[in-house]
Amino acid sequence: MTASTATASTPAAGPRAGAAPALRPRLGALTAERVFIGRSFTHSVRDVESMLLAVMLPVMLMLMFTWIFGNAIDPSGDYVDYVVPGIILLCAGFGSAATAVSVANDMATGVIDRFRTMPIRSGAVLTGHVVASLVRNLFATAVVICVGLLVGFRPSATPLEWLGVFAVVALYILAITYLFAAIGLAAKTPEAANGYGFILLFLPYVSSAFVPVDTMPGWLQPVAEHQPITPVIETIRALLTDAPLGAEAWWALGWCLAIIAAAAVWGAWLFRRKAGRR
Amino acid sequence: MHLAIDARGLRKRFGPADVLTGLDLAVPAGTIFALLGPNGAGKTTTINILTTLVHPDEGTARIAGHDVVADPEAVKRRISLTGQSAAVDEVLTGAENLVMFGRLSGLSARGARRRADELLRRFELSDAAGRRLGTYSGGMRRRLDLALSLVVDVPVIFLDEPTTGLDTRSRQELWRVIRSLADGGATVFLTTQYLEEADLLADRIAVLDRGRVVAEGTADELKALVGGEVVELRDAEGALLAELPTDGTVHGLRRAVEELDRLAAASVDGSAVSIRRPSLDDVFLQLTGREHAPALQESR
Repeated sequence: MTASTATASTPAAGPRAGAAPALRPRLGALTAERVFIGRSFTHSVRDVESMLLAVMLPVMLMLMFTWIFGNAIDPSGDYVDYVVPGIILLCAGFGSAATAVSVANDMATGVIDRFRTMPIRSGAVLTGHVVASLVRNLFATAVVICVGLLVGFRPSATPLEWLGVFAVVALYILAITYLFAAIGLAAKTPEAANGYGFILLFLPYVSSAFVPVDTMPGWLQPVAEHQPITPVIETIRALLTDAPLGAEAWWALGWCLAIIAAAAVWGAWLFRRKAGRR
Repeated sequence: MHLAIDARGLRKRFGPADVLTGLDLAVPAGTIFALLGPNGAGKTTTINILTTLVHPDEGTARIAGHDVVADPEAVKRRISLTGQSAAVDEVLTGAENLVMFGRLSGLSARGARRRADELLRRFELSDAAGRRLGTYSGGMRRRLDLALSLVVDVPVIFLDEPTTGLDTRSRQELWRVIRSLADGGATVFLTTQYLEEADLLADRIAVLDRGRVVAEGTADELKALVGGEVVELRDAEGALLAELPTDGTVHGLRRAVEELDRLAAASVDGSAVSIRRPSLDDVFLQLTGREHAPALQESR
């Protein structure tokens, strides 16, 4: 770096001509949320690979479990009815993990810091990611259920029970998405965010998703019985099939709300703390 | 005088690092102000505090009369920030980025699109309007980055090392834009490592070293700090043979010329003598006692 030699034109100090510009206008009530939701949708639609993977992987898993493992696990051929609820949750969890990467990316590029210097609720950028994840995953879940029906899944749910399934699945997606959004804020890099997501994806295997809990080793049973995914799966299973709906539904509701609350508090804290520090 | 930026006694510490150690700034409205310093001097931290991203440990800062800690919303309505790394949305196209920021700045959907078109033309990005940012070159990203800060006119514009990593042509183009912003009445606060940039662009310059302002004034005032003109002796090819400082008096100049006579180099065929004003490099060396070579990793 060389300094200028004999610089000719140094502007004079002092205010220049021209009127001072106006202030930024105030935004309408939910403008920022609308803009950010639109942005996250565009991101989702353009990331065709992730979208395909989020649908393909659960579908492949379901085909594998019903056609390859199914008869070994349950020779009666009814295994598909047992496993579909688990696959639905696996699918929802897998798709939600992408939220961590999106959020970590926004932190890494500094675009969130830029939003923070504008008079908007900068947290709305997270709302955008969460809403996009919810819609994305509900779509993927619908695809999984359709494929399930094609391979012999025969639910006995009434329209009201289907509504219940929709509500539980949506709540579960929200809970996992909030958690992954917070993980995305906590992660130092988008790659790390991706890694953390992977760990959480093993939780469904240690639940009643694929095999009943009482077939597991004794020491693992309490873990599988009391982890949050089991009551959610049992609730969906009860709604879709003739199984009785008991206290599991309350446990599912409680777990989901608790996860949302914890993730929101943790996320809000991280969001404030990480301002200006990339 | 009406101050666009008024910072007093700013201190900030990150872990063991004292980043700012009592920083004072007074920037009159409608001027271009350059904060000049090496990597690690605290430039980005200063910008982060002035744009409400980071709270100072001590001291106060006001933007157009509004305190950055007590009333951040009022500050945010009056500023825009172009950060050091291009903070753009990689997945969206150039036009979509501009429309998004327009909408977030309170423009209607149609108004945001119209403004996006204007800015794309102004920054010569119209041809790339429909391409995702991920495909842009460094110079194009930087231009779009700056355009994003200009979707609405605000009184105080912060630019953190706006031309770092740009080629000469892009840099001059950006300088032209920055001047036109100030001509429009905005206050422009920029940080830079380039002495030349501060010299050419800024009405006033503050030299930042180890978290403090060590000198402040116009480029001429700062140069006056190191004394008078410098007598240079160059050979026929223009290479520098000798540099003799003067104290700005006739007597000092005569002494320098007599010194030249004693130099064997002066009698080389084709050698030429010239007198120049001291450069900001000389100022920086004088003020900090060292060359401006990057000292530390920039810590935020």
